[in-house]
Amino acid sequence: MQTEVNTVLLRREVMVRLIKAFLSGDFEKQADALPFDMRPKHAEVPFRCCIHKERAILRERAIAALGGSVEQDDDKTHLGEYARRALEREKPDNTVLTVIDTACQGCVPSRIYVTDLCQGCVARPCTTACAFGAISIKNGRSVIDGEKCKSCTKCMQVCPYSAIVKIKVPCEDACPVGAITKNGSGHAQIDVSRCLSCGACMASCPFGAVAEKSQMIDILRAIKSDKKVVAMIAPAIAGQTPVSINKVASGLIKAGFDIVMEVAEGADITAKTEAKDFAERMEKGDKFMTTSCCAAYREMVKKIVPELKPYVSETATPMHYTAELAKKRYPDCVTVFVGPCVAKRSEGLGDEFVDYVMNFEEMGALFVAMSIELAQCEDYVFDVETSKQARNFALTGGVAESVKVASGGKVDVRPTCVNGLNPKVVREMMTWAKKGECPLGNIVEVMACEGGCVAGAACLNNKKIAARGVAAYADKGEDIKPDENN
Amino acid sequence: MENEGKIRVRICLGTTCFVMGASKLQELEHLMPPEWKDKVDISADTCLGMCQNSNSGFMKAPFVKINDEMIGGATVEKVIDKLKELIV
Repeated sequence: MQTEVNTVLLRREVMVRLIKAFLSGDFEKQADALPFDMRPKHAEVPFRCCIHKERAILRERAIAALGGSVEQDDDKTHLGEYARRALEREKPDNTVLTVIDTACQGCVPSRIYVTDLCQGCVARPCTTACAFGAISIKNGRSVIDGEKCKSCTKCMQVCPYSAIVKIKVPCEDACPVGAITKNGSGHAQIDVSRCLSCGACMASCPFGAVAEKSQMIDILRAIKSDKKVVAMIAPAIAGQTPVSINKVASGLIKAGFDIVMEVAEGADITAKTEAKDFAERMEKGDKFMTTSCCAAYREMVKKIVPELKPYVSETATPMHYTAELAKKRYPDCVTVFVGPCVAKRSEGLGDEFVDYVMNFEEMGALFVAMSIELAQCEDYVFDVETSKQARNFALTGGVAESVKVASGGKVDVRPTCVNGLNPKVVREMMTWAKKGECPLGNIVEVMACEGGCVAGAACLNNKKIAARGVAAYADKGEDIKPDENN
Repeated sequence: MENEGKIRVRICLGTTCFVMGASKLQELEHLMPPEWKDKVDISADTCLGMCQNSNSGFMKAPFVKINDEMIGGATVEKVIDKLKELIV
């Protein structure tokens, strides 16, 4: 996803500075100074109209990084006060995304627009293509009547000069379920009752106006306490840095975590449980089952397409199983899921075994703030060996494949993948739910992000390179062993 | 002696540089004009040691070394501009 490098780097710099501020022992004062340290007097103004707007936006970015809601900000509260609240709160905020109001451009509303390239041709295919009579010719050029236009884009497709364009609002365009819209002042607002927390809006906004409410300070507090803190690293981590997963794990230990577990351990349980669930459903006469590990998809079923619920596997996610194992193995420990995903933060908030979620960007910022050079770290040895299929959970097709292998050839498994959620796919899935059948296969793997978790909204690496890293690590693992009791 | 006479580009892929933007620089080879391939030798380094120079060293990351010149705050655009100067 991550295309807008400048906005991503701003976010990371804010995070690095706040972690350094926390570690300095002078947290509140340093947090307060952040906008001024990043844009000191007479500094260059790289992006916005003036230095004051840059600082105002950086302040709001810092509020999100400290775990606060920009929606509830009154403009008057100092960052130092937000830092203090972060030090005192019992638990993180219960929603994961916030709109950086001042950063939001308030884009022109989305519509179909005839540009100057219109030649006013004789054929006028646009007027005939329009089923709503929205296009007429005025002064020798096509004009669209906004009242009648349904944004079907037929006119765009037939124009021989490509003179008609769709003006997009990137966040609205990226959202698979229409959960982000404009408020009265034209700025973005998130409808929490629809939001899947997939992070597509955050990744697509060219102004960096959507941010996660970070739990970094809560995590740093846990590390500082005498409790054991377990980092549970998602399979996608294998392709996130130029070094091996074992060195990244050692990096986390250097950063203060006590134990590192692979979430692939939980993925092995998910694969086996899901294979069992699948076999039972097929025996019962069901036509299809969908996977259940993608957190944004789970939210989609809950909030948007409840009709799908009977077809979703009851199996819990790898994060859940891993956290459960951690709590058993290390009683009283604090569990921190480390992953590429925005929606996992939302899932984590509702999971009894998961205490906090840290994304890969925040992990990177932690390494930078603590000057941890991963290449110099030792190779961490994990307590449990994970399977090839579990390590591949982060790639599209990986989860369905794991169910197939875990089934051990005893059931007819025809896997298919929903590779990325968008409005069209959501509508299509609705029809499967209504018919009780999916024409594409009998086990449907759903990934909200195109490419799988390696394309999550909070990654460090380019998704193609990341996918290669995950596959290479998976290839070193043994095949999953089908459960004999199934 | 395959690389003799070529412009040497060393991209720092140390942790700080990688997190602060060098991940994007990995794509340099595909983003620069294809005809430069014979003139430029791109390699990745673990850490050029630049980020440790001062407390706020991460501010100037990522680093790229073009022949003997160190470039801070490197972006694909910045590196391509520098290469253009050297090639033309």
